[in-house]
Amino acid sequence: MTDAALKPNAAPGTLSDHREGMAYLETLPRKLVTVYMPLAIILVVLLFPFYWMVITSIKPDAQLLDLENSNPLWVSQPTFQHIYKLLFDSAYPRWLMTTMMVATAATFLSIFASVLSAYAITRIRYKGAATVGGLIFLAYLVPPSILFIPLSAVIHAYGLFDTPFALILTYPTILIPFCTWLLMGYFKTIPYELEECALMDGASRWQILVKIVLPLAIPGLISAFIFAFTLCWNEFIYALTFISSDHNKTVPVAIISNFVDGDIFRWGSLMAGALIGSLPLVILYAFFVEHYVSAMTGAVKE
Amino acid sequence: MASGSFAAQPETTAWTRLMVNRNWLGFWFMVPTMIFLLFFLAWPLILGMWMSMTDMRIGRGGVFIGLENYQYLLEDRDFLNATGFTLAYTAVASVVKFAVGLYLAILLNNHMPLKAFIRAIVLIPFIVPTVLSAVAFWWIFDTQFSIFTWLLQKAGFLAKGQYINWLGDPFLAQCSVIFANIWRGIPFIAITLLAGLQTVSPSLYEAATLDGASGWQRFRFVTYPLLTPIIAVVMTFSVLFTFTDFQLIWAMTRGGPVNATQLMATLSYQRGILGGRLGEGAAIATAMVPFLLAAIMISWFGLQRRKWQQGESND
Repeated sequence: MTDAALKPNAAPGTLSDHREGMAYLETLPRKLVTVYMPLAIILVVLLFPFYWMVITSIKPDAQLLDLENSNPLWVSQPTFQHIYKLLFDSAYPRWLMTTMMVATAATFLSIFASVLSAYAITRIRYKGAATVGGLIFLAYLVPPSILFIPLSAVIHAYGLFDTPFALILTYPTILIPFCTWLLMGYFKTIPYELEECALMDGASRWQILVKIVLPLAIPGLISAFIFAFTLCWNEFIYALTFISSDHNKTVPVAIISNFVDGDIFRWGSLMAGALIGSLPLVILYAFFVEHYVSAMTGAVKE
Repeated sequence: MASGSFAAQPETTAWTRLMVNRNWLGFWFMVPTMIFLLFFLAWPLILGMWMSMTDMRIGRGGVFIGLENYQYLLEDRDFLNATGFTLAYTAVASVVKFAVGLYLAILLNNHMPLKAFIRAIVLIPFIVPTVLSAVAFWWIFDTQFSIFTWLLQKAGFLAKGQYINWLGDPFLAQCSVIFANIWRGIPFIAITLLAGLQTVSPSLYEAATLDGASGWQRFRFVTYPLLTPIIAVVMTFSVLFTFTDFQLIWAMTRGGPVNATQLMATLSYQRGILGGRLGEGAAIATAMVPFLLAAIMISWFGLQRRKWQQGESND
């Protein structure tokens, strides 16, 4: 709960024009040693696993297991056989579709619920709104790893085991607290006067929400959507516990349980699977970097 | 809420009351969230505590056995080792993540060409699903075809044909999974701290420099105090999610070799779901709660306290 004044600057970079500070005092050779070199080292470490993933997924099997005669860091005869096999010769497209469907449905459900609750907490301010806000924040701190066993009993009791609904209905428990807090921050920045005007003109609360607040909070909605979608795609322990049949699995679970069979030649397709499973998120991220960062920092700042 | 009077009201008034009264209106808006959080979060949380006191197994309801599960676990070497490793995993990974993340944030706060692009790619390890990058690490730490081993051999630190059993040797496996966890956690910490750094006004650094502050002093007495509130939040989250980590371990080692990399979460899955002893699994999961509460308290209050020590208003 830092000052609300920080809020508009949630996205880094917005301040950059005014931030030259003492940078002009630094000379290039000095900067090379103190900034660029350490940065380069950290970046190489952070990105190497992805490079390795890409290289492995386009390497022919023979080169994959031969570290002597060819340079393992490079690939001389790239092949798409692993990716081809994955896309046309396995259930991978189906897992990808399931993951996409589950993530989209859970995200929409959570955003719907979060918009309503965030609006109620910040603007309707019913009795105990602050307490409820605090409780929702606490719910954010409950990790899935302590819930999955009792939740699996609940899922069995509701008859949802091994259906996509098991995931669609449980993911919102992870997403709603986060989205609510993020949206609360955005709703707080919308001037009260706008709502008062609409109330005077006879708009109902629902109309105010749909016609005034939501259009103004679109950046927040996009942030919440992207972040929630990523969290769903990432989720593992619920998907591992609540889904047993192959065709209902999500990509992360399927990669771990269906591709890992001790075959030494599996690495190519395993890496191709990991690569293609990450691509949708990376593409989404590339388009919405700013929203993504503001979601991450926004939720933390509250 | 004001439900006592509502049956006595005439029909129309009761209806308008439900739609206009602030408390009722708030209640209606909260219904979807409440349904999700009550049925799939609050109830399982309570159920988990109860299950941990039964001998429930998959396919058969349990009988209340009190604290027997916990008593059994306290004498169970695997559980004690898992608890110890979970604590070590969290401590080492959090400290290193914080140090490197803060350093990276300070580096990224400099002016440089392609700034936005570099910041964007830093976050990629955080975007990519953990399991998928863990699989990449699994391959990187392969016994025979590890690229690290190859690099060490090329650099001459290791004789040709000599291998390092990265994930097969207990201690090396522990180091490897901690490394992977640090790798994954750095971007989140770096980018959130960077957002905090950007709100620090450059004129403060100028003033400190004019007063003769060295680089370290500028960091210690300007950057760090202004950053503590955000550090508190970021580290609370980081500790929380490191402590309850599951996917990284499950994808890389499944707790092996000989349970050396078993975390409490993975042990709980192994006993509860794979072993079918739901009661015992729930007890292991519930045993994490006190640690989590302690971690939240320490990182939250410990760091938050500094805020009012500086004379800032307490929120």
